[in-house]
Parts: sequence; structure tokens; C-alpha cells
Amino acid sequence: MSTYFNEMMDRGAVRPPYAQLQGWVDQMPAELRNLKQAEAEALFRRIGITFAVYGEGGDPDRLIPFDMFPRVFAAQEWFRLERGIKQRARALNAFLADVYDRGEIVRAGRIPARLVYLNEAYEKAVAGFRPPKGVYSHIVGIDLVRTGPDEFYVLEDNCRTPSGVSYMLENREIMMRMFPELFASNRIQPVEAYPELLRSTLASVAPANCPGEPNIVILTPGHFNSAYYEHSFLADMMGVELVEGQDLFVEGGQVYMRTTQGPKRVDVIYRRIDDAFLDPLCFRPDSMLGVPGLMDVYRSGGVSICSAPGAGVADDKAVYTYVPEMVRFYLGEEPILQNVPTWQCAKADELTHVLENLGDLVVKEVHGSGGYGMLVGPKSTKAEIEAFRAKIIDAPDNYIAQPTLALSTVPSFVEQGVAPRHVDLRPYCLVGERIELVPGGLTRVALREGSLVVNSSQGGGVKDTWVLAE
Amino acid sequence: MLSRTAENLYWLARYMERAETAARLLDVGSRIAMLPNSEQGYRNEWEALLRAGGSADAFARRYGDPVQRNIESHLFFDHENPSSVVSSITRARENGRIVRTALTTQVWDALNTAFQEMREMERRPRSAQSLSVLTDWTMRHSALVRGAIDATLLRNDGWDFLNLGYVLERADSTARLLDVKYYVLLPNLSFVGSGLDNYQWRTLLRAMSLHRAFHWAYGGEVTAAKIADFLILNPQTPRGLRPCVQAMTHHLDRLAQAYGAVTPAQEAAQALRDRMEAVTIQGILDEGLHEFLTRFIREVSGVGQKIHESYLGGDL
Repeated sequence: MSTYFNEMMDRGAVRPPYAQLQGWVDQMPAELRNLKQAEAEALFRRIGITFAVYGEGGDPDRLIPFDMFPRVFAAQEWFRLERGIKQRARALNAFLADVYDRGEIVRAGRIPARLVYLNEAYEKAVAGFRPPKGVYSHIVGIDLVRTGPDEFYVLEDNCRTPSGVSYMLENREIMMRMFPELFASNRIQPVEAYPELLRSTLASVAPANCPGEPNIVILTPGHFNSAYYEHSFLADMMGVELVEGQDLFVEGGQVYMRTTQGPKRVDVIYRRIDDAFLDPLCFRPDSMLGVPGLMDVYRSGGVSICSAPGAGVADDKAVYTYVPEMVRFYLGEEPILQNVPTWQCAKADELTHVLENLGDLVVKEVHGSGGYGMLVGPKSTKAEIEAFRAKIIDAPDNYIAQPTLALSTVPSFVEQGVAPRHVDLRPYCLVGERIELVPGGLTRVALREGSLVVNSSQGGGVKDTWVLAE
Repeated sequence: MLSRTAENLYWLARYMERAETAARLLDVGSRIAMLPNSEQGYRNEWEALLRAGGSADAFARRYGDPVQRNIESHLFFDHENPSSVVSSITRARENGRIVRTALTTQVWDALNTAFQEMREMERRPRSAQSLSVLTDWTMRHSALVRGAIDATLLRNDGWDFLNLGYVLERADSTARLLDVKYYVLLPNLSFVGSGLDNYQWRTLLRAMSLHRAFHWAYGGEVTAAKIADFLILNPQTPRGLRPCVQAMTHHLDRLAQAYGAVTPAQEAAQALRDRMEAVTIQGILDEGLHEFLTRFIREVSGVGQKIHESYLGGDL
């Protein structure tokens, strides 16, 4: 915990990817910086990017702080990351295809059956059904942290509907508008192909009976959702309709949308709503967001749903531990990206270790998210630790524990000038007929000094993420 | 286009126009109330205004006496009055936010700026904001949104639905503003043709920003027949009833052509246009202005109903 890897400065020297930025920041007077900061904020507000990343909720008109100091990866660094991310995305999809089919990995004893089949996210309703191209998770968001020059850890996988990609794209747009000279002097790989790649990914998994060009839609819970901006942004960038459940209906084994010219057939649904709300006839009967009968059409191959219902079983925190095992089992390769060492309180010997070291560990609920219901040992009081100890002993199955990671830092603009702040990274891997990854991702930064929490609800901001060309 | 998208565009326009109507009503009321020799004092005029706006009963329940300050609250700041300026602009912006992708940045910007400024105004003390500031503000922002739409939007079906929203609401609004005259005059018919009467007619023109246009078009003495002709039948009057009906049929015809199908909406609009072509100003006055306007408002609402059934429900 004592030293953190600074991605720009290594033992007093500027690391090569950041070489150009040193001069840039040295030559920027404070007034200009403030001016640019205000300009960036005005642009964000004008575009209307106001939403909470990762479903943290809060004021729908809130802006997420944008830090103008970019985060930079060298081509070589990214090359390795890219291979690791694609490898993991392939393994996760292979796992999903397997557990809804014969469950070979379970039969081979490489993962406990109850973790899979008794998992809340396991959808019995789709067992035995193979979605087009065998893909379940079409957009895999893999949350990464860095602790050293070559040390990356996967914090968690997001196989359902990872959000935040609109920030990746808009952060870049705004940086290009405000600092064109930076883009002239650095060879920064563009990310703007993402919407096009997403569209072709979705088109590649259209149902087999789809006549001609597939009609793709994005299904949103509606404009009250905190990520609505992102839904409408992606629809706009891809040139597809943004629909709500009420816009769709099922008839004659097909899904249609209501248009001013009558019903129009829908072939691929990129849904941004949870499984439970997709179809009131199949899941939650009280859901107003979904489309009655949708799952029947899906199971008879009349429409594709991305991500596929049931994909969530692969990104569960307890299943996470087994992802390296999936890479070995399905791909016959060694995992390129490491998991954070994780102790499962469900196992007696690991539980003992956790209880003995609570003060140094981060303990999370297996099904929790958004930083809630967790214990950060080094930042907690004795009383908090003891209270949490009781909860763990009460239901050990509900908890996992991890060491407190020394998150890397990137220089960031703060009130006093420039100072290192902790960051994480979420790249968005697209899986369809092919696997695609744009060179970039969303960097979240903990803007409070010393803070390791990058969530926007707790003072987190975002940065543009550069991958340099070779 | 999604039916819901078309519906959002249609209502975005209706609410923007409705905000403007509320402001214009306020303007008419304040000017009529400034008239010194009105027989029954201000009270009657304000009440007439609420009646024309269709919210007299709701107002009475909530505020009691129709005094100017309450009316300002009601027509401008009241979130519970669905036709107030703040309600209308909030809903217009909400509809715009839902169909953000069907709008250009400029249109969204204009809408959003109006909304943000309005929230600022709500926080400021009421005493610092005179009625004329409020009405000017509303008309300026309504013009900015309208201008952004005209200057930047693709002339596709979405543009037609926006314009339909505008002209339907405007037809309804002009008819209601004209009807204020009826209510104001009702207590004493001997006012007709008097100096007071002409003053009221001119106020009406002024509230529609049409007083100069009227003199250019007609000149000479202001008479009830001339003004009624100007606002109802003259094809040149920007907020007139006939141009509104013509615009309705124009946009519905464009839709029929683009979609390759005629619906009951076109038929209803064409029937209304044919009736407007056939009527004379003398005929209207003989029938009774109030009776004519009441029927007109009902017919416009009928066209709106058909637009919903034909396009916005998605059940073709």
C-alpha cells in the first residue's frame, strides 16, 4: 500500500507514452487551463451527457467531472491488454454456451454445479437454446486495474449491458475539439469506429430467417433511466431506432415495432434492460418495461436479443474466480490477464484466512454492485470490522474477499495544479461473428486525494484514454 | 419513424405553442385590465381570460379571486396548471429529451436553454420580474426554438409531425384568444362598436403581435368585422385560422405522399379546409362569433384525434 505505480513518472523520469504531455502541461498557464475546463464543461452540458455511470443513480441532470489530462497506453502495452481482453471475452462466451448446453465444465468438475445452476442469474428458460453464432455476451466490459508496468488485474467482468461507452466516445470528441495540437503531435489511435463495429456485431447475430438487412433496435427502459443519454446516443450513432417496451409487440411468431407507417419487423434487439423485465409472460409479471411474448419469439429463433438472456451467470462475483479456469478449459491457453486473488468465504479454510485478516482485505457481497455492502478493511474502524465479521460468519456464502490493491495513478488536474490520482479502466469488447476491440476504453479517476474509489457517486471523474500507434 | 417518436415531436411543438399562448393570454389580460373606464373593473376581464383559456374553474378552486398577481402565478409559474408556461416548457423539453436523436443540436440547445433559464426565473423573487418581462421572455424563447427547427431540421416526416403540432395548437389558441372578446363583451352588448370595444380589439391584435400587420393589411378604422376577417379568413395572417388550416392539410398531404397512403386524418383536415374556404365573414357574424369559434375548436380537436388514430398509435 505504500507506493503506487505512477503511469507517467517512473523514478523521476517521464515514461515514453507521456513524453509529449510533459511539455503540454508545462506550457499551459493556469488561466488557459481554467478556460479550457469551463469550455469542456459547457460542451458536456450542451450535448446533454448527464448520467451516472454503472447505474449509480442520482440526479439525472448531473455532470460527471471530466479531467482533461489524458491517460496514455503505448502500442506495446495495449497489444498485450487487447489479447488478454479478447481471450477473456471468448472464454466467457464459451462458458455461457456450455452451461446452457451440456455443461462440460461442470461435468469435468472444474466449477461447482451449484455455483452455476443455482445461480440467480442462471435462466432455466433458455437452457438448451443456442443463440445465433453461439454468442451470449455481445458487449463484454472488463474492469481492469493496474498495479505496475506489466501488472494488470481484472476486477470484474460485465457480460450483460456494460455502460459508459458514450463517455469513451464523447471524451475523445471533446479533447479533439479543445486540443487539436495534441492530436497532431501524438499518434493517437481513433476510437470513433465503435458505433459502426457495434452495429456490424449486432447485425452479424441476426436470426437465420431474417430477410435482407436486419432491423436493429435498442431497447431502453425509458428516459427516466440514468443511462438514457447513452442509449439515445448509441441509437443515433448507429442509425437505429431507440424503442421502449410499449413500442414493440409480438404477432405471428415475430416482433414488430409500431411506426407511423404501421408495424415493422424487428430482427435484433440490443436491450439495455435486465432479464427480469424483458417479458412479463416469462419473467416478472409486473414488468411494464418489457414485451409480452418476446421470449417465445426468441426461443423459436424469430429475434435475437443482445446480450442473450441468461448471460449474467458468467459475470457473477463467485463465478469470477473461475474465469482463468474457463480460459484453460475452453481455449487450452494460459490466461493473459490475472484475476485479483480472491478468497471465498464459502470455503472453510479460506474463511479462516479472511476472518484473521479482515483489517487488510476488501470484502464484497457476491451479488452486490456499485460499491454497496462492502468492507474496505484498511479504511474501516474496529467497530465496523467487527460488525462485518458477524455478518460474514452469519452467511459466509454471501461473501468474497480480496487484498486491497495498489491502484496505479495518472496525473490529473486538481485545484493546486497537477497531481497523481488513482484510475481504473473499462474497455468494451465486441463479440459477434468476429471479436473486435477499439483501442481505448473508459478511464475512471478518483479525483479526491488518496481515494481509491472511482465511482462517480463518490467523487469519481473520467478521462480520455489514448492508445498510441506504433 | 416510430409512432412514439412522432407523438413526442407532435407534443413538443404543441407544448411550445401552448407556452406562447399562456404568455399571450397574460398580455391580453393585462392590457384590457389597464383600461381605465371598464365598467366592472379588472376582475371581469381577468375572469374572461381564464374562461377562454379553459382553466377558470381550476383557478377559482386554487386561488379564489382573479387578481393579477394570482393570474400571473397561474398562467406562468404554476406547475399544477397543465397549460402554464412552466408546465408547457417543462413538457416540451421532456418530449424533446425523449426524442433527442430526432432533433438537431441547435433545436435541443434552444429547448434546453429555455428550460434552464426558466428554472433560474423560478428561483428569483417574483417582485423582480414584471409581467412584460415574463411574456417577452416566453415569446423570445418560443421564437428561438421555432427558428432552430426551421433552420436546421431535415424536412422529413418528423418535421411534418412537429409542424402539425404547432398549427393545431395555434389554431386552437387563436380561436380561444378571439373568444376572450366574446366573454369580455358578454355582460353588456351596448359596448359593441364603442371606443372601449375598439380598444379591446386592438389589444387582441397587439397580444398576437399583429397590430401593425393589421394596419398594413386593412388600414383605416378598426372594426370588428375587419379584425375577425383578419384573424379568421385572411390567408396572409401568420396566426390566423385559415393559414393554420391550410398548413394542417399541407403537412398531412406531405405525409400521405411520403407514406403512399391516405388516412382519415387527411380527409378530416380537407373537410375543415373546404368549410373554411366556403365561409364569409358576414356568415360568421350571423352565426355568432362565439358559436363559430366553439365549433371550429371542436373540429380542430377532431383532426387531432384522427392524427392520433392514423399515425401516433401505431396500430394501422
